[in-house]
Amino acid sequence: MPAADIAAQLDAHRGYLLRVARLQLRDDALAEDVVQETLLAALSGGTFSGKSSLKTWLTGILKHKIIDAIRRKQREPLLASTFDDECDIEDLDGLFKAPFGAWDSPPAEWGDPEQALNRSQFFDIMDFCLEKLPPNTARVFMMREVMGLESDEICKELAITANNLWVILYRARMSLRECLEQNWFKESGARA
Amino acid sequence: MNLLKRALGHILSCKDATHLVSRMQERELGVFSRWALRLHLAACEACTRFEQQMRFLREAMHRYRD
Repeated sequence: MPAADIAAQLDAHRGYLLRVARLQLRDDALAEDVVQETLLAALSGGTFSGKSSLKTWLTGILKHKIIDAIRRKQREPLLASTFDDECDIEDLDGLFKAPFGAWDSPPAEWGDPEQALNRSQFFDIMDFCLEKLPPNTARVFMMREVMGLESDEICKELAITANNLWVILYRARMSLRECLEQNWFKESGARA
Repeated sequence: MNLLKRALGHILSCKDATHLVSRMQERELGVFSRWALRLHLAACEACTRFEQQMRFLREAMHRYRD
């Protein structure tokens, strides 16, 4: 394939890569840099085997670039301090009734959610919901679920305990569930 | 059934159950937790729904990437 075609194909994924990088770094300039580095590495490295999709391959390169960026950032003391308030789950307690901890408003029926996966609008809503998460919560959730890092790798990279990690992921999942229900499943139920 | 639900609620509340469902995606639960969660899910429709939605969320994030 001519180099220009490869460059065009890579460029088509720039928007997606930028979104993922921004959600994890919360720093537009740094996200741009990391995506630029990723595309350059993809162009020059060229070990794409065609076994996975181009997007998955690029995500894999991006993962390493983001971890490098987080490591560099960690030397500036801005990360760890802000994790504390996001490890607190008391504000989620409102979802359950005291004193027995039953649901205050139980999860709604989502019908056949798999259908949503074929709709690009669903992923726009997902982006909207991810952006509403507190910064570190979004970062950790993306590292786990999109980049596919193992729990202990994330703990090591971000210097947090396993317990902190579980609480942060729990918060992310509870918030995303609620947000998707309100903005997609209730809406599409109303349409049907 | 209500009585059974209340009894199970004392072993494991819905709030506890949601924590376990989330943690289960990170690592295997201990014997007691697994047993308590299974009993709870058998009696609780809301948490069963929650558990299915959490599995869907994980799948959706994999699709987000691919």
